[in-house]
Amino acid sequence: MSETTHAVAHEAHNPNLQHHFYDMEQQKDASSLGMWLFLITEIMFFGGMFAAYLVYRHMYYDAFAAGSTSLNIYYGGINTGVLIFSSLTMAMAVHSAALGKQKLLVFFLLVTLGLGCVFLGIKAIEYHDKFVEHHIPGEHFSFTDMEMPNGKMVEVRVDQGQAQLFFSLYFALTGMHAIHMVVGAGLLTTLIIMSLRGKFNAGYFTPVENIGLYWHFVDIVWIFLFPLLYLIHRIHNV
Amino acid sequence: MATTPTYPKEHYLNHDFGIKSWLLTKDHKRIGILYLLSITLFFFVGGFFAVLIRLNLLTPDGALVTADTYNKLFTMHGIMMVFFFLVPSIPATLGNFVLPLALGAKDVAFPKINLLSWYIFVAGGAMTLWAVMTGGVDTGWTFYVPFSTSYAQSNVILAAMGIFVAGFSSILTGLNFIVTIHRMRAPGLTWFRLPLFVWATYATALIQVLGTPVIAITLLLVGLERGLHIGVFDPKWGGDPVLFQHMFWFYSHPAVYIMILPGMGVMSELISTFSRKPVFGYKFVAFSSLAIAVFGFIVWAHHLFVAGISVYSAMVFSFLSFAVAIPSAIKTFNWTATLYKGAISFRTPMLYAFGFLGLFTIGGLTGLFMAALGTDIHIHDTYFVIAHFHYIMVGGMVMAYIGGLHYWWPKISGRMYPEPWGKLSALIIFLGFNLTFFPQFILGYLGMPRRYHTYPPEWQVLHVLSSAGASILGVGYLLPMIYLLWSLKYGEVAGDNPWGATGLEWQTASPPPAHNFVEMPVVNEEAYDYSKEREAAFV
Repeated sequence: MSETTHAVAHEAHNPNLQHHFYDMEQQKDASSLGMWLFLITEIMFFGGMFAAYLVYRHMYYDAFAAGSTSLNIYYGGINTGVLIFSSLTMAMAVHSAALGKQKLLVFFLLVTLGLGCVFLGIKAIEYHDKFVEHHIPGEHFSFTDMEMPNGKMVEVRVDQGQAQLFFSLYFALTGMHAIHMVVGAGLLTTLIIMSLRGKFNAGYFTPVENIGLYWHFVDIVWIFLFPLLYLIHRIHNV
Repeated sequence: MATTPTYPKEHYLNHDFGIKSWLLTKDHKRIGILYLLSITLFFFVGGFFAVLIRLNLLTPDGALVTADTYNKLFTMHGIMMVFFFLVPSIPATLGNFVLPLALGAKDVAFPKINLLSWYIFVAGGAMTLWAVMTGGVDTGWTFYVPFSTSYAQSNVILAAMGIFVAGFSSILTGLNFIVTIHRMRAPGLTWFRLPLFVWATYATALIQVLGTPVIAITLLLVGLERGLHIGVFDPKWGGDPVLFQHMFWFYSHPAVYIMILPGMGVMSELISTFSRKPVFGYKFVAFSSLAIAVFGFIVWAHHLFVAGISVYSAMVFSFLSFAVAIPSAIKTFNWTATLYKGAISFRTPMLYAFGFLGLFTIGGLTGLFMAALGTDIHIHDTYFVIAHFHYIMVGGMVMAYIGGLHYWWPKISGRMYPEPWGKLSALIIFLGFNLTFFPQFILGYLGMPRRYHTYPPEWQVLHVLSSAGASILGVGYLLPMIYLLWSLKYGEVAGDNPWGATGLEWQTASPPPAHNFVEMPVVNEEAYDYSKEREAAFV
């Protein structure tokens, strides 16, 4: 009994406990549940665009297959690897936080942030290539030829409106994903500053855990985007 | 019983003073009041457009405004009322105020996010008001493509982005409530001891969390298509406008249940308190809220029966739409059964509850007319539809909202509203409402299409009746605003529990202290336990 009283008195002094919770456990449960719910809303948010993509892919197969083939599979593939690796380092960061290893935590957060930036950099190169090729939807859109992975230029004969639809959805989906990456990079930076100031210990690292969940979620979105956009329609022998 | 109630010395209203203490508050009770003030503003803005609509329809040739202006009027009426009044109405005001109290908690799970949601709401509302004042919107509240993306000349992007932004406030409120209900219940307050208002709020929050992101992405795509001329929905670019309708109604049909479920929750509290009985079939009423939330997500295509969807999917959606009637009917029958052999008192909130019961039944049954494929062809896009959903939204939700506001007003303000005025306004609203919308059922069945600003002269009598009713309804809505404000200063002191109601919110002072309870409550009894009182009455 005296032990319980002692524990309660100790908890009451925990500077991280907000006044409206009974104890740290309730607080932690609440934030984890909140984070999972938030991720469900994100699934619904991306789900709308995925649904539109699948419907149109079904309707305009030829144009979508050609559009897919025009995407650079090497950039997409490397980025997939980068993101999967960043998920590993993020998981290592959460693990280090749970063990109370502050220096390792900062290290893994920095590596994760760096990998996120590499992804965004490669994405920027891809967008730039698309811009040069006039594959960006709008007034100057034209999809009459494309460069194959072996460097050969080939002619494309598909409906321009349908092709533009593919690229509209490509930019909407990857753009929304990239915005989430940028937000994630901001969150990681905040975490790095917080951990450098010694805000976390083995008993309190909920923000690291929750932002970790967010980071994994953004990765998983890409894990679905990559095959849907780059792989499943590819034409091999043009 | 003879002691006169006293007004507490310290409570959440005088805990802190000044504008800053309100704008930076994390207290769910104060945030509820901030929402109350903002949605009242939007209600009267939306109401103002309704007044102009009804004035214009007094004459068959639409003498007051041009056709273009008329398009803007009904659009802005719809946008204001749906997104900025009905969706936040009960959850964000009464829900915010009552939910933590009813759970015996000090606050919602995330007080800062709660305040953030209000700021997001105000920002979205300000954007939409700005769109309204700088030329308006004329697409209808449904933003159907390709009109909204390629042809409308009005402020579509700004209005759509205002709704996009406000949507996040709805998501955050829903998320906050779900976590609060899961994790913040007082010791002993098990799921089946929760007041049914909490169950209804929970079901609503599920829809807010699952549905709202879809409308967000849909409106964002409309904005991108209109702003950057990328093709997504416009057939000119190979897009499919019916896909837009699917995505729009995937949210907006469940949103209809965001706009009625909380009202049903309030109904359970009112009916039980004022007939001194537990709600009949508690578990059925609780689970019917969840059933409505689930069914709500699989009926959306009944808005598309004439949009060219396949006849087989139309049949499935027709059947599912009929199925929604089951949980709704369970609730209605169970409320009625609760009244049986109850000690009913006809206080103002109860009058609103009776109004809800009758009007919701009419609104619900007329919904079945439209779920039937053949009948829907005849009444689709007519005033019959308008009358139907106003019976649900206004006759149901607004009735429950005002009834709930009267019921919890003593808790919010610590003072009673004037009872005779309350009863009078309830009566005026009931009469005015029926006079406004019943003729619209007839008009619709005769073939009057919605959204037209002129009509054949033989329908003038019905339109004049409707406009006359609207003016009575307007008086009915102004009255509570006046006397509730009056009661803040001159109303009788209410005391902790003026209704003798069960529920944890009535066990603390009125108005409650800043942290809700002096001692954290522990729950030992079932919900709506009036048994002791009944035994005492029979001794």
